[in-house]
Amino acid sequence: MPAKTSRTQARELLFGDLWEFDPAPESAPAHIDERYKLFIGGRYVTPKSKKYFDSISPRDGKKLAEIPHANAADVDAAFAAAKQAFGPWSKLPGAERGKYLFRIARLLQDRSREFAVAETLDGGKPIKESRDFDLPMAAAHFFYHAGWADKLQYAAPGRTLEPLGVIGQVIPWNFPLLMLAWKIAPALATGNTVVIKPAETTSVTALKFATILEQAGLPPGVVNIISGAGETGAAIVNHPDAAKIAFTGSTEVGKIIQRALAGTGKKLTLELGGKAANIVFDDAPLDQAVEGIVNGIFFNQGHVCCAGSRLLVQEGVEKELVARLKRRLSTLRVGDPLDKNTDIGAINSKEQLAKIKELVQSGIDEGAEIYQPSCRLPGNGFYHAPTLFSGVSQSHRIAREEIFGPVLSILSFRTPEEAIEKANNTCYGLSAGVWTDKGSKILRMASALKAGVVWANTYNKFDPSSPFGGYKESGFGREGGRHGLLDYTKLA
Amino acid sequence: MKSATLRKLLDEIGPVDAVGVDERVAKYTTRSIKKGSKVFGLKLAVSMVDLTTLEGKDTPGKVASLCRKALCPHPEGDVPRTAAVCVYPAMVKHAAKHVKGTEVRIASVATAFPSGQAPLKTRLAEVKQAVADGADEIDMVINRGAFLSGEFSVMQDEIAAVVEACGDATLKVILETSELETYDNIRAASFLAMRVIRPGDFIKTSTGKTSANATLGNNQVMLDAIRDHYLDTGVEIAMKPAGGIKSAKQALQFLIAVKETLGDKWLHNTRYRFGASSLLNDLLRQLETQRTGAYQAPWTFTEDSGGY
Repeated sequence: MPAKTSRTQARELLFGDLWEFDPAPESAPAHIDERYKLFIGGRYVTPKSKKYFDSISPRDGKKLAEIPHANAADVDAAFAAAKQAFGPWSKLPGAERGKYLFRIARLLQDRSREFAVAETLDGGKPIKESRDFDLPMAAAHFFYHAGWADKLQYAAPGRTLEPLGVIGQVIPWNFPLLMLAWKIAPALATGNTVVIKPAETTSVTALKFATILEQAGLPPGVVNIISGAGETGAAIVNHPDAAKIAFTGSTEVGKIIQRALAGTGKKLTLELGGKAANIVFDDAPLDQAVEGIVNGIFFNQGHVCCAGSRLLVQEGVEKELVARLKRRLSTLRVGDPLDKNTDIGAINSKEQLAKIKELVQSGIDEGAEIYQPSCRLPGNGFYHAPTLFSGVSQSHRIAREEIFGPVLSILSFRTPEEAIEKANNTCYGLSAGVWTDKGSKILRMASALKAGVVWANTYNKFDPSSPFGGYKESGFGREGGRHGLLDYTKLA
Repeated sequence: MKSATLRKLLDEIGPVDAVGVDERVAKYTTRSIKKGSKVFGLKLAVSMVDLTTLEGKDTPGKVASLCRKALCPHPEGDVPRTAAVCVYPAMVKHAAKHVKGTEVRIASVATAFPSGQAPLKTRLAEVKQAVADGADEIDMVINRGAFLSGEFSVMQDEIAAVVEACGDATLKVILETSELETYDNIRAASFLAMRVIRPGDFIKTSTGKTSANATLGNNQVMLDAIRDHYLDTGVEIAMKPAGGIKSAKQALQFLIAVKETLGDKWLHNTRYRFGASSLLNDLLRQLETQRTGAYQAPWTFTEDSGGY
């Protein structure tokens, strides 16, 4: 039973241990090396810096692998290789480039179990998510863009799409392999070459991805994979040979990058933070809304830039909805991400866990009411119980700042106008959700909400053909679809 | 008239979003049930089976062998009995000879099953006769025509009349979900039925006689309705998906839905049943696989049931 039971319901259901599930760990080998090398010019090379750092598995806090810490000289070598590869790659017929992308997509499918386990070990997300979401979506992005490679003349009728050159790409730790796919697939389809850096805490699948490129026979230098920390990313961003920078990550770093690129003529796309409003009207299908809310905030432990972290619920159904939400929380399984039945896995890193805890404390200090279901968290590793805050007001830090964890702030509203005002009252604008049985209300909300994606009666739905990106401090540029493709080309 | 009535009811009980339901139930199918928890689930499922034969060609002999199967599904491995046998009214007295006085109950479909298209008087007489012949449980069909034409009170009054005709027998109300078609309708019909039946009575998905029967989706909508009704009124209604559940794997997925929607109290054969026949042998086969570590040939298990 929950630690603090809701007083709105006289009766409760017992979600006990009558039928406990035995552990069901995924057993496929992840084939993770003890020490990785950089992938430059089609070869595995030791970093010129001769420095390495440990990748920690958030699942148990143990060391997983040693990751090369590339310096400016390594980045230089990567750009040189990418520059050299650009000429022949960009002149290849589109159908030929498409073949490589199709091969990569199929290889990702072939090795999806291995990569799913590696992703879970390295990043802490539940195996069911890496298996059923990250890997299939990553492959889907390569398939989708493989299809575009020989049809670029139809992307902008009457115009010619030309590649930009060498693209510098820096990706975040929440969807390591999927973000890599989002970045590499459109860049390659349009004839660019790439220098890409995975996030410091989640480099393993990106470095493993080099073996897929090798298997696919991709020409040397078309994709170069560089691992490292902040200064490595800075070396990529500031490299004179970069024609464009594509960054996904925090708004803070995004601003630094934009400042650094000012006046350089480099193109830039940024996909940054979010504080999405998930808006539930009183005529909404409540049980399905609860599923959507759970999916919106607890998917990938809330490490999702478009997470529905602010629940805006119409006052008339607030009590009822929150009671249903709490009941649903007591059936969520928190624990070892490698277990196939785990719904909420490990927090990506010790630092992120500390940040989440700090923000949760601020919520308590500022007077919001906290609720956590009673769940046993594993002793080792980085874990955080799913958390609800009710009685949150717009001025609370937990309503304004991106927590990037399994923490939901619940606010209420009275009229659609108030919902719109509250939803848009944020520096972010990446995504939003609307729950109602009435179609016309959905259309009205969708046009009034300043968000790149508005989901109606669902949440966190993605497709390679659907452009994704933000308003305001959530960034600019789109990824996926025709719009995403155009951001990797110049029109002639 | 019809839509106004349904709209009014849905305003009260809340609508259902089909996409969301299908997404929710897809998650049950990714649960991985291993070892001890698998054996527990399989045995629980056996104990919830209403072993069924509902065919024109049923004979006292066929019913006799069905009853023996229900009493002893498999001689090895400490397998529980099934909850009940389920037969046509004419077969009730034959079943009674074999299972009366045991833990296996006799369920009988009645009320002009499966269409229900007979005068109410005839349907009630059928129920009374089945109970008199020894039926412990009656599986009735609702008047779908009345529901679809918006005459909710006609539908409810008929159910109430059957409740009365049942006496002490447990009632299971078949909604025939495939003829109601939408999840909104299934939710509405569930509430209409639950409001006139007694604690411990069932709502049931289907007759097994139409092309579409129990699915995880309609099961979920009905479980949600039972939960809401219980939290609202304190009345505990039981649930029976029927038809189309043929494999042990499916049965476990349905049970996971129960576990995660209604909790431990409904994981019992007084609260949840499977209307099935071929399901039983697959449950046994999986249990034997767990017990012996090897798949047994199909002929290892006695074939005493047919139908859906």
